[in-house]
Amino acid sequence: MAESIRITTPFTEEMSRKLKAGDSVLITGTIISARDAAHKAMTEALARGEKLPVDWHNQIVYYLGPTPAKPGDPIGSCGPTTSGRMDAYTPTMLDQGIKGMVGKGSRTPEVVEAMKRNGATYFAAVGGAAALIAKSVKKYTVLAYPELGPEAVAALEVVDFPAIVVIDCEGNNFYEIGQKPFRNFDMNKI
Amino acid sequence: MRELDVKVITENVAEMCKEAAYYLPEDVYNGLKRGRETEKSEVGKIVLDQIIKNAEIAKAEDRPYCQDTGMTIVFVKLGQDLHIVGGDFNEAINAGIAKGYTEGYLRKSVVGEPLFNRVNTKNNTPGVIYTEIVPGDKLEITIAPKGFGSENKSGVKMLVPADGVRGVKKAVMEIILHASMNPCPPMVVGVGIGGTMDRAALLSKKALTRSIDQRNPMPEYAKLEEELLELINSTGIGPQLGGTTSALAVNVEWGPTHIAGLPVAVTICCHAMRHSHRIL
Repeated sequence: MAESIRITTPFTEEMSRKLKAGDSVLITGTIISARDAAHKAMTEALARGEKLPVDWHNQIVYYLGPTPAKPGDPIGSCGPTTSGRMDAYTPTMLDQGIKGMVGKGSRTPEVVEAMKRNGATYFAAVGGAAALIAKSVKKYTVLAYPELGPEAVAALEVVDFPAIVVIDCEGNNFYEIGQKPFRNFDMNKI
Repeated sequence: MRELDVKVITENVAEMCKEAAYYLPEDVYNGLKRGRETEKSEVGKIVLDQIIKNAEIAKAEDRPYCQDTGMTIVFVKLGQDLHIVGGDFNEAINAGIAKGYTEGYLRKSVVGEPLFNRVNTKNNTPGVIYTEIVPGDKLEITIAPKGFGSENKSGVKMLVPADGVRGVKKAVMEIILHASMNPCPPMVVGVGIGGTMDRAALLSKKALTRSIDQRNPMPEYAKLEEELLELINSTGIGPQLGGTTSALAVNVEWGPTHIAGLPVAVTICCHAMRHSHRIL
């Protein structure tokens, strides 16, 4: 695997289009956390014609609900949650200008289509590496929906946050590419 | 008759919740190390390195291994000659969960009602408590917090006797293939065979409290465990981004069932196979 590509925020479509499935990246700058309840609240606000509490233009969203920070720490353990649960809301959110998503696991074809349309990239962080990932987070500031606790929308200042491009903006999928050489399974042979 | 005050139960449960969240059991840690040695995918090796380092950081710094510190499953074996005094037994366990999750800076991930309101209970209670009455005067508690990235990919298949071993293998593999990379592999897979639908599910959960190095005592089931592990590791799922270390172990538990049935339940656990065990 080649050396990691360093990327900084804001994350533009031009930057997004340069990344390919399988690229290893280190993200520095501000990424914004949101998960199930926040996605529901935001898409409902949009449906009512309201303005969102955060400008998502050229932002990277991180599907995250951290543990509470210990005294003196910026954040608790903070690994990615399953992205698929956000799929129903994601095309709407991508149309709000999000150019990068960090989570784990597969996405629906509808999400991939919306990514191609918007030139957005989907990154995976290592699921369950939550104490390790916390080392790259320097500051955590709640931006909206504080009542949601760990599900609040928050800005994370990160330095060298490790992630891998799983689906690039052309729709290439590293989950498929990465599994194929090691697949030697046939249900009919059981 | 021996007496045990509920305060002792609460204190112990609180400590066990923290222990389980911070310290990955040694058998699982060693399993990850073995996986790293044999992993064939270059990206898979990088992922395993991160997972192993994560376990070391969590242990050294008393931090949650994963931010999903789970819904708290509590297996209790209550000796029939033990008298619980000073309060309500189940309330004492839940008080311990609330204390442990609050003091330990663990995430509160439980909503009080599942469909219409989904309001967080703010202290991770109630736990899922299974109590068995057994001979003796001891209280044996196992705390097994369960994350939902993997729980959401678990499942039950109601087979019929004619499906046999082949049917069981296919049923397990269908659930595994559907789960794919989503439940944070390397997985540990708990399989419950027999009983009723609910008993099979419970057996698949109990299977996950057994060490990954310990095979089922009945040779036929031990062989089934090995064969299922080989099948799962041939899927290419690997440690999340493809590879050969899809699962660390398959633990099978079985129970008597009906002449017409062959229930099979699969609980998938991520690499954060956490549990804490104490006898009071």
